[in-house]
Formats: sequence, C-alpha cells, structure tokens
Amino acid sequence: MKRNNLTLWLAAIPVYAFLYIPLIVVIVYSFNDSRLNAEWVGFTLDWYYKLFNNGEMLLAARNSLIIAITASLLATVLGTMAGLAIHRYRLKVLPVLAFTPIAMPEILLGVSLLLFFLQVLNLTLGMVSTIIAHTTFCIGFVAIIVRARLQGMDDSIFEAARDLGATPWQTFRLITLPLIMPAVAAGALMSFTLSIDDFVITFFTKGVGEPILPIQIYTMIKISVTPEVNAISTLLMLLTLVLIILANRLDAGALRGE
Amino acid sequence: MNRLRLTRWLVSLPPTLFLLLFFVAPSLLMIVTSFRYPGEFGGLAPLSTPEMDLAEGGSGLYGLTLETYRFFFSDILYAEIFLKSFAIATATTLICLVMAYPVAMLIARSTKKYRNLMVLLVVLPFASNFLIRIYAWMIILGPESTFSHLINSILGVLGFEPVMLLFSPFAVLVGTVYVHLPFMILPLYTNLEKHDPVLLDAAQDLGANRWQRFWRVTWPQSLPGVFSGSALVFIPVLGMFAIPDILGGTGDILIGNLIKDQFLGTRDWPFGSTLSIMLTLAVLSVAGLATWFARSRAASGN
Amino acid sequence: MALLELRDVTRRFGDFTAVDRVNLSIEAGELFTLLGPSGCGKTTLLRMIAGFDVPDSGQILLDGQDIANTPPEKRPIHTVFQSYALFPHMTVADNVAFPLKMSGKAPAEIKKRVEKALEEVQLSRFAHRFPHELSGGQRQRVAFARGLINRPRLLLMDEPLGALDAKLREDMQRELINLQKEVGITFVFVTHSQDEALALSQRIAVMNQGKVEQIGEPSVIYGYPANRFIADFIGKINLMTAQVTQISDNDMTLEIDQLGTTTLPLKRGVKAGDQGVMAIRPEQVSVHALTRHAELPPAHTGKVLDFLYVGDVTTYIVELDCGIRMEALLANSSPGRARFFEVGDPVIVSWTREAAQFLMD
Repeated sequence: MKRNNLTLWLAAIPVYAFLYIPLIVVIVYSFNDSRLNAEWVGFTLDWYYKLFNNGEMLLAARNSLIIAITASLLATVLGTMAGLAIHRYRLKVLPVLAFTPIAMPEILLGVSLLLFFLQVLNLTLGMVSTIIAHTTFCIGFVAIIVRARLQGMDDSIFEAARDLGATPWQTFRLITLPLIMPAVAAGALMSFTLSIDDFVITFFTKGVGEPILPIQIYTMIKISVTPEVNAISTLLMLLTLVLIILANRLDAGALRGE
Repeated sequence: MNRLRLTRWLVSLPPTLFLLLFFVAPSLLMIVTSFRYPGEFGGLAPLSTPEMDLAEGGSGLYGLTLETYRFFFSDILYAEIFLKSFAIATATTLICLVMAYPVAMLIARSTKKYRNLMVLLVVLPFASNFLIRIYAWMIILGPESTFSHLINSILGVLGFEPVMLLFSPFAVLVGTVYVHLPFMILPLYTNLEKHDPVLLDAAQDLGANRWQRFWRVTWPQSLPGVFSGSALVFIPVLGMFAIPDILGGTGDILIGNLIKDQFLGTRDWPFGSTLSIMLTLAVLSVAGLATWFARSRAASGN
Repeated sequence: MALLELRDVTRRFGDFTAVDRVNLSIEAGELFTLLGPSGCGKTTLLRMIAGFDVPDSGQILLDGQDIANTPPEKRPIHTVFQSYALFPHMTVADNVAFPLKMSGKAPAEIKKRVEKALEEVQLSRFAHRFPHELSGGQRQRVAFARGLINRPRLLLMDEPLGALDAKLREDMQRELINLQKEVGITFVFVTHSQDEALALSQRIAVMNQGKVEQIGEPSVIYGYPANRFIADFIGKINLMTAQVTQISDNDMTLEIDQLGTTTLPLKRGVKAGDQGVMAIRPEQVSVHALTRHAELPPAHTGKVLDFLYVGDVTTYIVELDCGIRMEALLANSSPGRARFFEVGDPVIVSWTREAAQFLMD
C-alpha cells in the first residue's frame, strides 16, 4: 500500500505544481521592477501604487463590490428559499430552473440576457442588468449548498417542532434557520466570490457605461499589458483566498457539492 | 391544510418566478430571435412592417424566417468551427482526466485530516479570477519568458526552428486544461472516496497485479465520477471564448468567439441566436449521451 | 365520553387507500396500540391524529370536538418520533423546555418544570449536554420528557422502542408502563412488533390494508383472533385449510385437508360451505411419545422432523403421517433434560376441541 502511494505522489505532485506555479509567477512579477513580465530585475511596490492611483480601476473595484454584495444577497435569499422548497416539497421544476444555468456554458446565459434586457425590458445595460445576471446563476449554487445541508438532517425535527406547539414561522425561526445558517453563509460567500470573479456573463450584460473589475482586467490584458495587472490579480487572489477559506470553515461540504 | 399550501407557495414562488423571468424567458426569446431577420443597423428587423418602411427604402425584410439556419448550414466554415470546438473540448477532457486521476486517487486515499486540506488546495486556484489564470499563461508562454527560451533552446539543439508558444492552439489547450482541471478532480475524488478498499484487497488476494486491480476494480467503479467530471469540463469548454480570445491566434476561433462577435461586433442578433441554439443543442446531446451512458452502466451493474 | 374518537376516517393517496373508514375510540388513561405490518395505514392514521395529515373524510374527535382540520401546533397532542427528533442545536434542557416556551410560560416556571421533568426521567445530570452526546436510550428519555412536560391529553409514539437493543427494550417497556401509571396520560403506540404490543398495551387495534381488523385486549387478540390474518400475524400458529360441512345446535363439523373430519364447538355466524382454516397455537398442541396407549381426543401420529431449542422452551416441528406439518411448543420442564424429543422420534400429536378455532379471511 505504501509503494502504491509513492507512485501516486510522483504523479500528483506535478499536477499540484502545474496548478500553482502560474499563479506564483503572477504574484512574483507583481513586485518586479520591470515593465516586462520576462525576468526578475528588482523588488518594487510601484505597480501597486499605480494601481491605487488608477481612477478607472478603483471605480471598477467599487462597482464590482456593489454588484457582488447586491447579487449575493439576492441570490442567498432566493437560493435558500429554493433549496428549502426543493428539499421539503420534492419539486421537479424548480431544480431544473435553478441548476441548468450552472450546467450550461456561461455564454448562453450572457447572450440570452443581453437580448432580453434590450429587447423586452428596454433596459440599458449596466449595473442593474449585471446584478440580475449574477443573481440568476448564483441562485443555483446557494440552493445546492442549502439542500445538501438539509439532506443530512433528520427531517422529523421540523414536524416535532410543530407538534410541540410551534407555528410554521416559529419553526422556521427557531429550528430551520439556525440549522441551515452555516450553509446559507457559505452560499453567500460563494455567490460573492463568483460574482466578483465573473467574466463571461458580465462581458455581455455590463453595457458600455460603468467599468467593472474583470472587464477592466480583460481590457488591460488585451491592450496594454503592464504588471499593474499582476498587482490587481494578486490582490484579487488574496481576497478570494480569504473568502474560500471562510466558506470552507463554515460548511466543508459546500465546495464538494458541485 | 390551507396553511400548508400557503407556505409551500410562499417559499417556492419567488425563486421560481425570478428564474422564469430571467432564465426561461430569455432562453425562449433567443429561440424566437434565431428565426428573425437582422435589422438595418444591427439588432432586429421588426416583426411586421408599416408601409413606410418600404417607402423609406427599408430592407423590406420582416417576419419570421429560416434564413439564419440556412446560412449556418450553407457555409462549411461553421461546421469547421464546431468541429474545432469539439476537438479542443475532447482533448481538454482527456488531458484533464489523465492529470486529475492520480490527484483524485491520492486525496481519496489520504487520511481525513489531510483530505480537507488537499481538496482546499485544489479549489483555491479555481477561486482566483478566471482571467488571472489565463493571464498567467500569457506570461509563461510569452516569447520573452524563461520557459519559452528554454523550449526554444531545446528545439534549437534538436535542429528545429524556434516556435511561438503563445497565440497558438497549443496555448489555448494549455489554458483550457488549466482552467478546468479542478472540475475534473473534485467529482472524481468524491466518487473514489466512496470505494471500498476491501475490493482491492480481495482482488489482490485472487492474484491481480497493480495494473489489473486498477483496470478491473477501481476504473469501472469510478466511471460515474469520470462522467460527471468529463461533463463539467467538456460542456464549458465547448462554449469558451475568453481563452481563445486571449491565448489564441487569429485563426483559433471557436464557437464562443463567433457568438460573441455576432452580438457585440457585427450585431447580427438572429445569426448569433442561431449559433447559440446550435451550441445549446450540442451541449444537450453531450449531456444526454453522458447521462444515457452512465445509466446503462448502472443498469448493467458493472 | 371517549377521549379520542375516530369516525369513518378515510385517507387516499391517488388510487391507493391508506386508511379505509376506520372507527375506533380510545378512553382517557389507556395504553392503546395500533398494530399492523408495514403499509397497513397505522402511521398515516397516527399522523392524522397528530395533525400532519388531514383525512379525506370522517371525523377525529378529541373530547367531542372535531380536530381534523386543526393545525398540529394547536392540538393538545404530542408525538414521540421514531428517531426521537431532538433538536440538535439545543441542549437537553432547552429541548425539554421547548413546548413550555411555545405555550408562553414564564421563564421561572419553565426552569422549575424542566428540572422536575428531567428528574422524572433520571437525566438531571445531562441538562446541559447536546443530543449527539447522549446514548440512544438517553435520547429516548429526553424525547419522552419533552413530550410529556406540558401534560398533553394524548401522547403518540411511533415505534418507540424499535431502535433499542433487546435488553434496553425490556427495561424501557417497564419504565413506560410505570411512567404512564404515574402521569396518567393516555398513550397511543404505533408498532409492527406484536411482542411490544402484547407486552405494553391495555388494548390493541390490529390493522391491515387500511382497515381495523380487530380491537381488544391483548389476551383476546391472541387467544381469539377474529380472522386468519390476525391469527397469523400475532404469534405463531398452525393453519390448516378447512371447510365447514355441517352445522348443528352446538357443534360444527369441519373437513380438513389431509387430516380428515373433526368437530368443534359452534362458532357464531358460520354456515355450511364456508371455507377457511383451522387454527391451533403451538403451545396448545400436545406431543407425547408413541409408547402411551391412553385414550386421547383426536390423536394423530407422526415423527419429529426438526426442533428449535431456545433454552426455556423448544418448538418441535412434527410431520404427521397424513402429511401435514405442525409446530408444537413445549416447555423444557424436565429437570436435567434439555428437551423431550429428538429428530426421528415417533410421537402422538393431539389438542383439545376448545383449543382449535375455525377462522376465515
């Protein structure tokens, strides 16, 4: 059994390395005193300074934050309801509605929403359209996490609460909510992370007005590549690192649920 | 009894309505749009036209049509692009499978303490921004990078011309594998974790060597995980556009890029919708195949 | 007036009738059991009494009032669930206090009553533990304390002893009976275990396929089952296909497959031509060695085919010369001897006229 593991380790380590080395390169070069991402020259925090003085970038960050907070709040509320309903009432339609946006390529959702906003709702593409779009695909994630948590619980406790005198609202407030809270919180964090990082759907629904972070980064990559990109990347990685670890602490199964 | 009914509606209605409005309706709209004519200046031509439009020299095109579909099937170019997308998706899936399997096995065999950590380590890169992960490879595969120099010097020694690693199908493939690897690792690991080690012991007891044990015991049992992981990789890659856009050259257009161009470039919405419908059909067939395959395997009780 | 009365209660799920025009009444202070195999409708009936389901037709009267449409939280009826359903995020004390909190009692009073309730079930030490830290038996006691604390009119229990091991089950059975005597609340059990039903109840309602087949005291159900199903379901019994051939004032004559003719005391409502079974409990079957020549009522000869020895008693499976197999239960009462017969021993099998019963489906 030990020998077996050795071969596995030898095969697995390169894969882990493959996963991390590119990211490390990005981080390291964010401190590189050179415009080119070619070789190490010297240590500097210049690029971070430039970043914080980049008005466009700061605005984009602010907008992304607003979108992420709003979308994750909406998605958490709706997703929790969906997760509860799917589990308790064994619904057939709602799971399809909630989980398909996650399974399909993102571009399809982005494109169809673009059509919908412009054609039917006559809505100018911008923050609102992006918030709606993000909420749509985050609902499914929250629903999965909440439902998974409910499936691991003894269902009869909810009936027991009613049996012992609690109204449906009291049952929800005193029994259901406290018990699903870790899953709800993990779902909220996941939604936030997904929203901040989303590129494809945002690309189609953001319109031409306000800048949004991932699109900013994209523009920088396509047009003028400077290590500022590395700097913002490093900061973003730090943020999502913290969020993912938090989500994992709250509900370890959340990440596996997918 | 009314109470029970009421609660049920109260809880399930808001998310259902939201999703009907912002997921189903747009999808239906897209289907309808694929049957319409493109407008003068992008967008859509009207469904019905007043006399004035013709009088003002309008295109005179309105109503529903199969034009876009005819157009799609008439030019071999589109079939090629679809084929290319399928090829990249297949290649990505296979490479991911080969790379993911050892990692998944390792995690599945680890003790509980390390397992969570190892899973976390797999998920963390995934959590970083998608663009960052692609950008990283721009750096590594760029012509000025250490890696490029290394490869090119090796090629030089072997007598080959230096190659440009970036802006090539190779770069696109590296990108797609890199971005989707965690999606293959996690379902595989979840499946492998459930395997009963006793079966392997029994096989060993009956004389099977390491390879046979893997091929006859572990692999068949892991197939559901393999299918889930493959679906989670294949389907998104089919619809990719950002990776070819950034890492690929001008010739490396995939379905996703085509769709994006229709909507944000030429603004030929009907055609873009048709392409999207085609993509959706492709995805559904793949998903359907995978599910059918998985079910028939389960039924035969391998 | 009966405490709980069910009148023509019916519940259907699509084509399937889970509960079919059930009528029964339960007196205050009783220990009543709904007994039956899986799928007989007993759990559906329980849920309707508790309020988690509503009958399609019929009435559920508590103290004369129809509560069929009252929501569960408004009924003075509590349930102990099969899984105990303790709230995992609350301590034992909080779990037990829950019903009192829901009925709006003052914190001081709640505290006092919870302490007393925990004392009653000997769990005072565990007041601040969480359910996952307790053993199965302890959790069950918490569930009981919680269900009883605000003295409901009725306490329902769904397979209450199912999850416990044999020794613990016996202890809990005794505790339950004592508890009920002390507290005086009406208990209604639902179980598929006839041993439990016979041991615990004052009255049993045997259910099958949505209908109540028989209601009565355990000894009546056991000794005088109303039909073949009940006889077979409760305890072990020998069944032989039979037909009534003749009726007279006090007797009836049966023609039994392979065995022959026999005459039994007349059973009311039976007429000539009726098909059914002749039923005899194993403990009513006498087995003697074939050496005895004394006169005995309908005697039949045969050989011991097999036996099941469980220490205090032995069940012998005897094959009669006419082909029928019967089970006979004998106490291993002879000092120093494990059992009376070995495989292959020739024996005489007999029973009294009164022991045999004619049952129809």
